[in-house]
Amino acid sequence: MNRIALFVPLMVFAILSLFLLKGLDRDPTELPSALVGEPFPSFILPSLANDQELLSERDLDSQVVLVNVWATWCFACRIEHPMLNQLAAEGIAIIGLNYKDQDQQAIQWLKQKGNPYLFNIVDAQGSLGFDLGVTGAPETYLVDAQGIIRYRRVGVVDQRVWDDEMSSLYQQLVGEME
Amino acid sequence: MIAELGHFALIIALGMALLQSLVPMIGSFKGYSSWMRLGRSLSMGQLFFVAISFGCLAIAFLNDDFSLKYVSQHSNTALPDHYKISAVWAAHEGSLLLWALILAGWTVAVALFSRSLPLVLTARILSVLGAISVGFALFLLLTSNPFERLLPMVPMEGADLNPLLQDIGLIIHPPMLYMGYVGFAVPFAFAIAALIGGQFDSAWARWSRPWINLAWVFLTIGITLGSWWAYYELGWGGWWFWDPVENASLMPWLVGTALIHSVSATEKRGVFRSWTLLLAIFAFSLSLLGTFLVRSGILTSVHAFASDPERGVFMLMFLAIVIGGSLMLFALRGPAMRKVAAYSGWSREVMLLINNVILVSSMTMILIGTLYPLVADVLELGKISVGPPYFNFFFVPLTVGLVIALGIAVFTQWKSTDSSLILSKIPVPLLLAIVSAGILPVYLATDFSYSITAGLTVFMTAWLIATIAADLRDKIGIDLKRVAKLSHSYLGMQLAHTGLAICVLGVGLSSAYDQTRELRMAPGDNAMIAGYEFNFSGVNPVDGPNFTAFQAQITVTKNNQLVANLFPEKRHYNAGGQVMTEAAIDPSLTRDIYVSLGEPLANGAWALSLQVKPFVRCIWLGAVMVAIGGLLAATDRRYRRRKKSQANNKVAP
Repeated sequence: MNRIALFVPLMVFAILSLFLLKGLDRDPTELPSALVGEPFPSFILPSLANDQELLSERDLDSQVVLVNVWATWCFACRIEHPMLNQLAAEGIAIIGLNYKDQDQQAIQWLKQKGNPYLFNIVDAQGSLGFDLGVTGAPETYLVDAQGIIRYRRVGVVDQRVWDDEMSSLYQQLVGEME
Repeated sequence: MIAELGHFALIIALGMALLQSLVPMIGSFKGYSSWMRLGRSLSMGQLFFVAISFGCLAIAFLNDDFSLKYVSQHSNTALPDHYKISAVWAAHEGSLLLWALILAGWTVAVALFSRSLPLVLTARILSVLGAISVGFALFLLLTSNPFERLLPMVPMEGADLNPLLQDIGLIIHPPMLYMGYVGFAVPFAFAIAALIGGQFDSAWARWSRPWINLAWVFLTIGITLGSWWAYYELGWGGWWFWDPVENASLMPWLVGTALIHSVSATEKRGVFRSWTLLLAIFAFSLSLLGTFLVRSGILTSVHAFASDPERGVFMLMFLAIVIGGSLMLFALRGPAMRKVAAYSGWSREVMLLINNVILVSSMTMILIGTLYPLVADVLELGKISVGPPYFNFFFVPLTVGLVIALGIAVFTQWKSTDSSLILSKIPVPLLLAIVSAGILPVYLATDFSYSITAGLTVFMTAWLIATIAADLRDKIGIDLKRVAKLSHSYLGMQLAHTGLAICVLGVGLSSAYDQTRELRMAPGDNAMIAGYEFNFSGVNPVDGPNFTAFQAQITVTKNNQLVANLFPEKRHYNAGGQVMTEAAIDPSLTRDIYVSLGEPLANGAWALSLQVKPFVRCIWLGAVMVAIGGLLAATDRRYRRRKKSQANNKVAP
């Protein structure tokens, strides 16, 4: 009996290794593309600027937008924020999805760091985030004028990601619209 | 030319490591004492060549040799020389070379300081360390060669070192951390050698104890420096983020802490032998696993190093051989888990067992939290992330349990303790702790409110310090001169435990009373936080060697008395174009005033983050005390008495 017990750590490690091996093939920042090509999930949630105002998926329609999932508790969002400011300054429409956050802190954050967002959807319970399959903040979705999700980025959008992966798709979608 | 020399030296070091892994091991089975003795010289040769290799890379950095890919990616002509040196370990390839160098260094240390050990044991220990070196040298040469050239297109200028890493904390943090990670290779090698030879008695435990302590001390310092660096360099006042990479360093630390405690029981009482061996294997395995998790890009982390599946596959194979092999050896040769010495309910053995259960549970829950996103992904349960709430939910109660048990453990004795004795000692410290927890938070709060977090924190700290003080009083009375008579390991233990109390105090009180305001301030504006008045006089441009910056001046006063002039900066690094926030801190033991400069706003105003963080410094002060305690214990006289330790060898199982 005792001798068998000595094998337990080895078994645990063997199982763990299998997961690590499987995990190697997966890029954690890669999109699980379930929602790409699908319409943006429907929602009715308050606006950050005015909690009396309710927003829905229809507010995303008729233009190409980036939907950026962010929160004040999210460390990487701090790194990403200047890039969003820059994109907004270039005239790109960004909509914020303030994810599991506190309104006052989020408003304070935008005051302090600048506000790149056209408006912010308050997803305090994470219900929209759940429908979107948000894994954590930051995450950014590229949604076309018909409200279809065309691209998903898990993690920070920086200059490189924008140039390599998003910029041309964005231009193409804007072109499709016209 | 220098780079080729470095590359060549690394290949020779690999050859040396290969010999070192084979020759002494074969010698130990055949009984060739000359083969066994060769381990010592081979380890020195290996260190020599790895050091040359490392030196060559450092020289390439100092000479701005941008024909080396690694140098061009992580340095720049404008970078100050000391950062050029630290840039050597700023990324994957150089970090691994530093790993290899430190491993070779530990191996030589073992070779030099193990003369009192039986030759067979030393030979096997050095062999195991040599085998690990082979793994790392191969990893370097096959997948992560820092000497790779960019020819013929040599860049004129390098991409510069990530500005976050241009900091004194980052010069010493990685080497300290690696000293800890790699240091656990030594107890690991001790454990493997013991399993091969079938000898794991109290003498074995005594030989390995100073090594365990030393590795653990370095890891403690490394983690502390990392946390301190995050606090003042990231610019927003946090000091621990439950990031996968932080978790990767905390897991071996927790297991190492458990190991320190269980090996003491193994040495003193001969109990928990298989458990101690297993912990020694675990501590190093978790160090390797941490390296794997960070380097393979299998998890997302703010420490994001470039991920590379090829490296991941190599690391995983290496893990499978080292961890799988050692656990297999453990399963086949491990000592049967039977009680060799009896102990009763209120004994120190039981308290150490509780300590181990709590520490290993903490490690397990961190491991689960860190790997759960990966496991869920593999099982197609979707991508999920585990955040600080999960970790705090488990870690806080486990720590409370640990602290309470520690206070009781102080009064227990080996084998068994009269429960009435313990019960008679507990009331005074308990009363002190309850009274302090009732009064102090009221005194500390600025608004006459009572914070439960602060109350619990004060209770834990007071309980620990009171029990330690009571035990000291039992040992030496009130004559402080007699402290010198106490053994180093006893003093080290008490110092480390006091450090834990101080650290807990810092963590608890800084979370309970932290006051943060993020404000828009125009020059001349004032703000009041926690009784301090902050006056913002404006922002001036300043220049550094490789950056330009805006520097704000903020005058902090309390009751019209000047407290500090603070100069937070917003830096723009020329080479990479990154913008960094350099916080300004006025530190003191009871509170830090922390100011960081945000974005410029309209009309000459700036966004500022003003924070008052009570007792936050105690976190690192406590951690440093823990490290010093560990170091003190490692220097205990009994580890240096050679003759006596040899005489004790006869207490074989």
